[in-house]
Amino acid sequence: MDFSDSPEEAAFRAEVRAWLDANATLRDGSEKAQDHFMARDAEEVARARDWQARKARAGWAGLTWPRAFGGREATPIEQVIWNQEEARYGVPPNVFLIGIGLVGPTIMVHGTEAQKATFLPRALTGEDIWCQLFSEPAAGSDLAGIRTRARRDGDGWVISGQKVWTSGAHYSSHGILLARSDPQVPKHKGLTMFLVNMSDPAIETRPIRQISGGASFNEVFIDELRLPDSARLGDVSDGWKVALTTLMNERFSISIGRASGGARAEELIALARRVQRNGRPAIEDDEVRARIADFVARQRGLEFTSYRVMTSLSRGEAPGEEGSIGKLLLGRLRQEMGSFGMELAGSAAGIASAEGDDVARWRNEYLTAPGNRIAGGSDEIQRTIIGERILGLPPEIRVDKDVPFAEL
Amino acid sequence: MNFGFSEEQETIRDTLARLLGDHATLAVAHARLDSGEGFDRPTWSALADGGWLGLAMSEAEGGAGMGAVELAILAEEIGRSLAAVPFLPVLGLAVPALQAAGTEAQRRSLLPGIAEGRVIIATALAEAGGLAPETVTATLAHGRLSGRKAPVGFGADATHALVAARDEGGAVRLCLVDLSGPGVTIRALDPIDRTRPAAEIALDGAPAELLPGSDGAVISRLLDGAAVLGAFEQIGLAERALALTTAYTRERRAFGRPIGSFQAVKHRLADMFARIELARSNAFFGAWALASGDSRLGEAAAVARLAALDAVQFATEESIQLHGGIGITWAADPHLFLRRGWQLKAELGLTPMWRERLLDNLAASGHAAT
Repeated sequence: MDFSDSPEEAAFRAEVRAWLDANATLRDGSEKAQDHFMARDAEEVARARDWQARKARAGWAGLTWPRAFGGREATPIEQVIWNQEEARYGVPPNVFLIGIGLVGPTIMVHGTEAQKATFLPRALTGEDIWCQLFSEPAAGSDLAGIRTRARRDGDGWVISGQKVWTSGAHYSSHGILLARSDPQVPKHKGLTMFLVNMSDPAIETRPIRQISGGASFNEVFIDELRLPDSARLGDVSDGWKVALTTLMNERFSISIGRASGGARAEELIALARRVQRNGRPAIEDDEVRARIADFVARQRGLEFTSYRVMTSLSRGEAPGEEGSIGKLLLGRLRQEMGSFGMELAGSAAGIASAEGDDVARWRNEYLTAPGNRIAGGSDEIQRTIIGERILGLPPEIRVDKDVPFAEL
Repeated sequence: MNFGFSEEQETIRDTLARLLGDHATLAVAHARLDSGEGFDRPTWSALADGGWLGLAMSEAEGGAGMGAVELAILAEEIGRSLAAVPFLPVLGLAVPALQAAGTEAQRRSLLPGIAEGRVIIATALAEAGGLAPETVTATLAHGRLSGRKAPVGFGADATHALVAARDEGGAVRLCLVDLSGPGVTIRALDPIDRTRPAAEIALDGAPAELLPGSDGAVISRLLDGAAVLGAFEQIGLAERALALTTAYTRERRAFGRPIGSFQAVKHRLADMFARIELARSNAFFGAWALASGDSRLGEAAAVARLAALDAVQFATEESIQLHGGIGITWAADPHLFLRRGWQLKAELGLTPMWRERLLDNLAASGHAAT
């Protein structure tokens, strides 16, 4: 059991740090708040593209990709080290996560030679930004229940339907789209995957405003989108298998992403020292102390759980159960800390005096955390994964499994 | 980065699991609960015969020369087996105390006997006011100890006690008492877990030997080390409670199917698993900090202890509920785990004490909390 870098890891870290030092500026806390993966405006997108191009020229884009596709064949643990180091610098949000982490690896497995040659280099350099057109209004957790239709039309296809919760669709150039090509067979068996150009006039993107006030998701309306058969990724009716490749890579990307997004529990200590409760510094209040200590213990547990994921990765094991634990517990923790931070910050909890004060900061945590508990697999889905795949409990009875989709 | 056990360490675990599985079965635990017999001497002797009690002693001390990570594995397997043996007082506290603060003569006279299972040193840290060093009122003057220590795990079965007391200058120190000597009165208590006997030890001028190196910082590190090892014992226990509950919900049928297929049941088992794994992650960091002497041991120990306390209580309480009516019967297994969980809690300080220790450590490392 060793928590420190191995000599190889230390050497890699030094190399990364040297390049980042020469090409970026360390954060000093004065930076504008930003999301890790989502751009908020065109200016952030442009900066993200520049940064990605720079990384690509120096060989730091697509770290874990095979060399044959322009990658570095870095180990997962090296990707983690890169993420840790890059996070210390004032760099733009990584809007390429879906393209490089999810879509690229899916194209490598299921794509034609032409698709690989067209899309993989442009994903690396940041020319293309990808979004994931999977979820629909009537199919979220039950993804195989999607209704967007892909109909044969001569040599090509015509796609119509609606997608939703599509992160970054409004600034993405391309999308990976799952559609139903055959409603006469059971739901998992009649799906086909496509690669689409988001600038096609048949695709309309409308941002969705979230409870936090931000708008990182979109509704995407697809009205008679005509595609050549060369836009199909994988075999006809094999879309579920292709989607599983994407989802597996999504889980992998999340596993090696930042251990804990959002605020640190220690920030509550600093806040409790500044504010009063019952006429004395809040940090002297027993209930305040108890809540903060428990938050710290939970947050440390999540952080160390991510180290266990890294250890599995560095041993060549697939990331699995620990990923679901982190996903299940992190959102809830952020939500509780947000609520407590708001209470602590003001007797009129939730009422901010000006942008950027304590209440506004914790209110933002409180209002973004519910989304963390849904996106990428809801709390309930994570519990079912843990129960069935880890604890080996009998599965739910699925009444729709062997019934043609059209008869559901 | 390597945040897991090596192959050799996994082999140690397998060997221990077999040995404990042969001796400390749940049938044995039930029998001991019924009879009120406490200390499971046959299992302790089997551990001694296998060389496990000297695991973390140096070869010169008569041991195997292994470290904190191996000790953590032993703790976890003992917790899983529910063996009624004094792991934490003897191997988690007394041996490290002798190693860190004892004299060469003290080590020579006691460590070989501990490794052979002859010498049992109970740890008498707690008093009516709690376990934290600042609450100690027992006194040590001119080599004589006076005070009342309780609860002392295995106090009635031990040959010696490691006692926390104030010296003439008022500083809390550790000293050794021969429990067969004068001035010692031992009274058995009625703990929630009768398979884990506890006693009150009243000391009235009992002859005692100071551990000369036992200053406040050393005592604090000893408590931290014990918290880490104790967390592994708690995690082993919680995992076994989860495993037997999971097995039960796969077998037990209602409304035409196993109850484990219902989300209302499945999701509670998933919550048990998640809390246990969170505790395991914190305990791993603690084991690493203990083994490597890292300066973050205090913080690591506190979060390991807090998470383990939470996981054990949640898992053992849910285990009873998920068993339904059978779960509240004396003959069923779940209450064995609930009882042991509480006993492990009582022996090393409750949640509020470890929350304060965590905040103190954060303050000392720059996150000023007080």
